[in-house]
Amino acid sequence: MVRSILNICAASAAALSLAACGGSGGGGESQSASLVLHRGNTAEPYSLDPHRANGTWENNIIGDMFIGLFTENAVGEPIPGMAEEWTVSDDGLVWTFSLREASWSDGEPVTANDFVFALRRILDPATLAQYASLLYPIENAEAVNNGEMEPSELGVRAIDDETLEIRLAHPAPYLPGLLTHYTSFPVPAHVVAQFGDAWVQPDNIQVNGPYRLTEWRTNDFVHVVRNERFFDNDDVCIDEVYYYPTNDPNTAERRVRNGELDLNNEFPGQRIEFFRQEIPEFVQVHPALSTVYLTFNTNQPPFDDIRVRQALAMAIDNEFIVSEILQAGQIAAASLVPPGIANYGGEAQVSWADMPIDERRVEARRLLEEAGYGPSNPLRFEYSHRNTADNPRIAPVLQNDWREIADWVNPDIAGIETQIHYDNLRSRNYQIGDAGWVADYNDAQNYLYLFLSSTGNMNYPDFNDPEYDALMAEANNELDMEARAEILERAEQRLLDAAPIAPLWFQVNKSLVNPRVTGWRENAVRINRTRYLCFADQNETE
Amino acid sequence: MASYVLRRLLVAIPTILIIITIAFFMMRAAPGNPFDLERPMAEAIRQRILAEYNLDQHVILQYFNYMGDLLRGDLGPSMTTRDKDVAQLIMEAAPTSALVGVSALILAIFVGGALGVAAALRQNKPGDYMAMAIALIGISIPPFVVGPLLQLFILTIVNPEILPFIERMTSIEMRPIPTAGPGVGGLDLTRFVLPVITLALPQIAIISRLMRASMIEVVRSNYIRTARAKGVSGRRVVLRHALQAALPPVVSYIGPAAAALVTGSLVVEQIFALPGIGRMFIERALTRDYTVVMGVVIIYSTLIILLNLLADLVLAVLDPKVRFE
Repeated sequence: MVRSILNICAASAAALSLAACGGSGGGGESQSASLVLHRGNTAEPYSLDPHRANGTWENNIIGDMFIGLFTENAVGEPIPGMAEEWTVSDDGLVWTFSLREASWSDGEPVTANDFVFALRRILDPATLAQYASLLYPIENAEAVNNGEMEPSELGVRAIDDETLEIRLAHPAPYLPGLLTHYTSFPVPAHVVAQFGDAWVQPDNIQVNGPYRLTEWRTNDFVHVVRNERFFDNDDVCIDEVYYYPTNDPNTAERRVRNGELDLNNEFPGQRIEFFRQEIPEFVQVHPALSTVYLTFNTNQPPFDDIRVRQALAMAIDNEFIVSEILQAGQIAAASLVPPGIANYGGEAQVSWADMPIDERRVEARRLLEEAGYGPSNPLRFEYSHRNTADNPRIAPVLQNDWREIADWVNPDIAGIETQIHYDNLRSRNYQIGDAGWVADYNDAQNYLYLFLSSTGNMNYPDFNDPEYDALMAEANNELDMEARAEILERAEQRLLDAAPIAPLWFQVNKSLVNPRVTGWRENAVRINRTRYLCFADQNETE
Repeated sequence: MASYVLRRLLVAIPTILIIITIAFFMMRAAPGNPFDLERPMAEAIRQRILAEYNLDQHVILQYFNYMGDLLRGDLGPSMTTRDKDVAQLIMEAAPTSALVGVSALILAIFVGGALGVAAALRQNKPGDYMAMAIALIGISIPPFVVGPLLQLFILTIVNPEILPFIERMTSIEMRPIPTAGPGVGGLDLTRFVLPVITLALPQIAIISRLMRASMIEVVRSNYIRTARAKGVSGRRVVLRHALQAALPPVVSYIGPAAAALVTGSLVVEQIFALPGIGRMFIERALTRDYTVVMGVVIIYSTLIILLNLLADLVLAVLDPKVRFE
């Protein structure tokens, strides 16, 4: 009977080797001339309708299928897309775009009416667009979205088939960046009219971008193929793209190393040392327009006291955190707006930015004592953080930093599931919480508006400063870009001085990219459109 | 027998209703909702979306709405996949899970059974120890360790070392074995090898131990000795006489085994990035996609109840002592 065990072993060995010889597809090996890219893409899409999407991973797919008035170049900067040229009225409120000649993938021309239709559709309350508020700079957009006006009253109109006019509620010099976002993409009005919400199904969808959707298998992949009618089709190298939801970063990492995926757009920070040794040519780390910060609940003690907030903020040794813990090139933050953001260059920073950490601890202690804390009245509070990515590794460091101030500072830490954490922040059911912000579009305003008193529940610290609100309103109406930048800087400085938040660090984008993929460029907004990618062995098309 | 089956099915209905009710309220008791996103949306829009999915109603009202829809056979819309509804999502995911689960079950029964018989016949000899050692390892190491180990084994040894070696020896072109994922364009069976092994391993271990214990008892019984004494060949004694008598404990375990495979698939599908309902269940539970979680709970509970019933029926066929009462 030992023999039968051996037989079983032999059989399973045979099965394994059979497995090795058989099978189809995968691995990025292309049988024919078709160039197939396998992209690891974070998570399963909620929707591929640009009016319903809400995640960056959806943006990766949708932006490969549709082109807005503006689009991104290989490094993620806004460049004209469907807009050929444009003029801005003297007051900065009326933008007139001439559209390039282009057609949908079924041959119908893309007209200004498609844009008007799309913008009215996304702002129509019935569409339930989660991201529509991004378009509120457009005249009447907010009122339409709130159901107070008809969609037809929105400030957009088609002057003729090739000319589109957008009227704004206030000057928005960042409009080109905003118009790269999928919320402003055109949709094929004739297809939506025919199929309704099902227009985005693979059988029905028509696109104006480089790739067209052919299949979406849930939790499996989204498959797109080249749209021959794309206006810049000649410059597109990759023929087909598979996007995989790679929720488990460890599995994704093994799939990239095994050549099953050509790239994955994230990897766990603590793996960086290993990758730099084992597969250095796969590692892509670039600064990102993304800030991680702590928010204080300013409604209740002890954080209604500015001295307590400042003390805790200045006691954080964020240089140590980025250099010793995170180690992937993150930058210690002394401001909210990340460096390298467009139309800014502000130098606002926290007042203790240049103080050595020891002095900061002494100062923090002084502030807390002034606020009435001490051995007889210890400072107790709870720091809650998201239980994902680097946050659980940072929490004990922060805890230790605060304990260093004095032995009567007693922080507790609580790791909380992401969903619940944000619910807590929104309902102000927290004391100190960690939070992050990624730019929707490349402009300082996209960060600073978070702390307007009118922002509502996304203003986690409930920062309420009429002076700050006034500065932001003034910036919105300032046409001169330099003057505007200066106003925004004053606003940011005011925010930092009041310390409703404590900036921690600026994020990096971490990707694993197979070196055979070319065209993956350093990119602050984390948008690498497939149309700019190619394979190293395809020299003639590169 | 028909009335027995009918009775069991009728009992199953309130059981499933109770499971649905408990699962419904447990899901709603969890803090947060599907629209509490990392990137929050404008409050007015959020309120409208909550209203669209009836999430603004009182939870009791939501429960009766849901049950009403369910009785009409409507599992509702998904809350985290706008473009597809729950039934569609489950229909897309179920074949993968079924393929992995059924393959693992079959593998476990045959390999586990064979190991158990082999061990029993060599009781207390090296073969027995070896088989039982394998079984012990199989029970002790959880799938979330076995899975990644297998992947790393493929990644660092098989693909870079062994396959090129075989290629040189046989001059057959070898394709690298994938570590995860379902493969694109059609069914790629190679991708199921690792998950099926991972999923089957603990069950192989348990079944082989059950089989061994049961077999040892049977081969000692008088009628086996009689058969041997009459000169029946060893092979025939084992396969015809002993095996049938030794099977009932193993068969009665198939119900629980199926349940274990279902729950095991939650982990295995995650590790191997398989698009099955187990992975969907975990991800959707985390993102609070109430309707999808409920749909999967209904599928799972129905499946487990039916498989238990099936195991009982097979048991009755195998063992004449069992009566339907």
